[in-house]
Amino acid sequence: MTQVMVRDVWKSFDGGRIEVLKGVSLEVAQGEVVALCGTSGCGKSTLLNVISGLEEVDRGMVRVAGRDVVEESTRVDLLRHHIGYVFQLHHLMPDLTLAENCLVPIIAAGGHRNEGLARLHELAEATGVTHRLGQRVRELSGGERQRGALVRSLMNDPELLLCDEPTGALDERNRENVFDLLLELVRSRGRTMIMATHDSELAGRCDRRVRMRDGTIEGEMN
Amino acid sequence: MTLWRMILTNLRRHRVRTAIGATGIALGVATMLSVVGLLGGAVKMFEQILRNDSQMVVFEKNVSDLFFSNVPVGLAAELEAQPCVKAAQPVLFAVIASPGRSIITCFGIQASDGRLRRGKWLQGSVAEFKGDAVVLGERAAGFLNAKAGGTIALGQGTYGVAGVVRMENGFENGGVFMPLPACQKAFHKEGLCSVITVAIADGHRLAEVRDWIGTNREHFSAMDNDEFSRSYAQFQIIKVTAWVVGGCAFLLGGLSVTNTMILSVFGRIKELAIARVCGFSRGQVARMIFGESLLICAIGTLSGWALSWAVLYGLRAIPQFQGYIEPSLGWAEVASATGLSALTALLGAMYPAWYAARLNPAQALRFE
Repeated sequence: MTQVMVRDVWKSFDGGRIEVLKGVSLEVAQGEVVALCGTSGCGKSTLLNVISGLEEVDRGMVRVAGRDVVEESTRVDLLRHHIGYVFQLHHLMPDLTLAENCLVPIIAAGGHRNEGLARLHELAEATGVTHRLGQRVRELSGGERQRGALVRSLMNDPELLLCDEPTGALDERNRENVFDLLLELVRSRGRTMIMATHDSELAGRCDRRVRMRDGTIEGEMN
Repeated sequence: MTLWRMILTNLRRHRVRTAIGATGIALGVATMLSVVGLLGGAVKMFEQILRNDSQMVVFEKNVSDLFFSNVPVGLAAELEAQPCVKAAQPVLFAVIASPGRSIITCFGIQASDGRLRRGKWLQGSVAEFKGDAVVLGERAAGFLNAKAGGTIALGQGTYGVAGVVRMENGFENGGVFMPLPACQKAFHKEGLCSVITVAIADGHRLAEVRDWIGTNREHFSAMDNDEFSRSYAQFQIIKVTAWVVGGCAFLLGGLSVTNTMILSVFGRIKELAIARVCGFSRGQVARMIFGESLLICAIGTLSGWALSWAVLYGLRAIPQFQGYIEPSLGWAEVASATGLSALTALLGAMYPAWYAARLNPAQALRFE
């Protein structure tokens, strides 16, 4: 079953002067773990953004879980219930505790607090941040923050996880740990993941490696 | 964790900014309630002066101020001859000066006027209130340095002091009661008064007096006291002025809230973007901003209530103002100020909420 379908997508910025995606097409099946590789500026992050609906496309079609990502209501619904997003920087709110940060998707989805807390503790246990839940983000280490961001992205049990250089800001040891955790959480739950990365070693551990260049899909790497 | 918890956290982390926004609203609420309370109180005191144990007031039609109303004193006797009238008292309002005091309210009245009965006589007696002998309010006696049995200079003449009375109403307590003929003479209004206050006989209706005046005296109006208060231009001007001044104060408070909310939104563009990535709709983002603004206004409103209470209570406690400051604040005024505060919160947050809701999350995350 196809989880993500991108057909001939074009995206430009600055009134069309900067073309970032030039006719990109990509299909990702349910349960696949796909690495988007390529140099900086080749369009990896923009492709993730159009898949999540954070950026509107100029032309082409984006479909996630069989739904066209066009209407605002569809985008919001997908982000609430179907898509999780992890960034290179954790983007947690510094004045909230880690637990409060992780509960933001539950607030957005209008979920029940107790169910949210149960899910939070399950994920915190799996990622090893249970003892840090009550602390403010500014008191956490870089690795803990990124784990926290990972927990937040999985709070609504998304079918599709989009990761934009999720380990890019971590040291080598944390990079391995966080990525191992990410793969384990995704694979054990049969979820789909698309990850933009520069890191060929991490990309090599994914099911597919898609190479992007200058706004196009250049091909798949073995 | 709820949306309100996020709202509280957002306000708490920028306490000074929140406090400035709330202070703007507090000053708006306090100014409005204080001005409305003080001027409303002043209007009420004027109303008390006019009521004087009566239910109606008769005055000259189409005059902008009762000081310019000329009613023949003889009309009082005609009214008293009607079965529907229990008593009719002519009153001449005037302002007079004395050495060292440029404005003193002067009431030309008859000895039978209820005012002299109601006041507490500190010196002299009502029996002396005749000819050129005046009665002074306690405060007027103080600043004129006068005693019963003495004389005082008022306007162009010299008058004997028949007595000193303590009146509850500040204008009366600081005023001079002059026998009506002496007052008419002093102000060249022989045979005239400003108004006639009318007490209705038991079992009769106010409309009977109104009809009689309408039929027999077309140049005069008879209104019941409440109707008069509602329609008298001077009272309306005072009330409108109070609300306009208060409204301007609110406008400034609203700008303060807008400024606070704009700073709040611009200071956390990435956070708002992350909230969108986590599934917040544009509506939820807008509600969060409106919620913050409403909370700031709620804090400001409560502070404004307390501040206005302190101002009014403080002014009333100052001896010089006693009797003059009788703030009149009802639930209607408090509810109106609170409603305006909520409206200010919503209007003040409109642009920031619109800006926050239409943020492009992807662009916002790239924002430095």
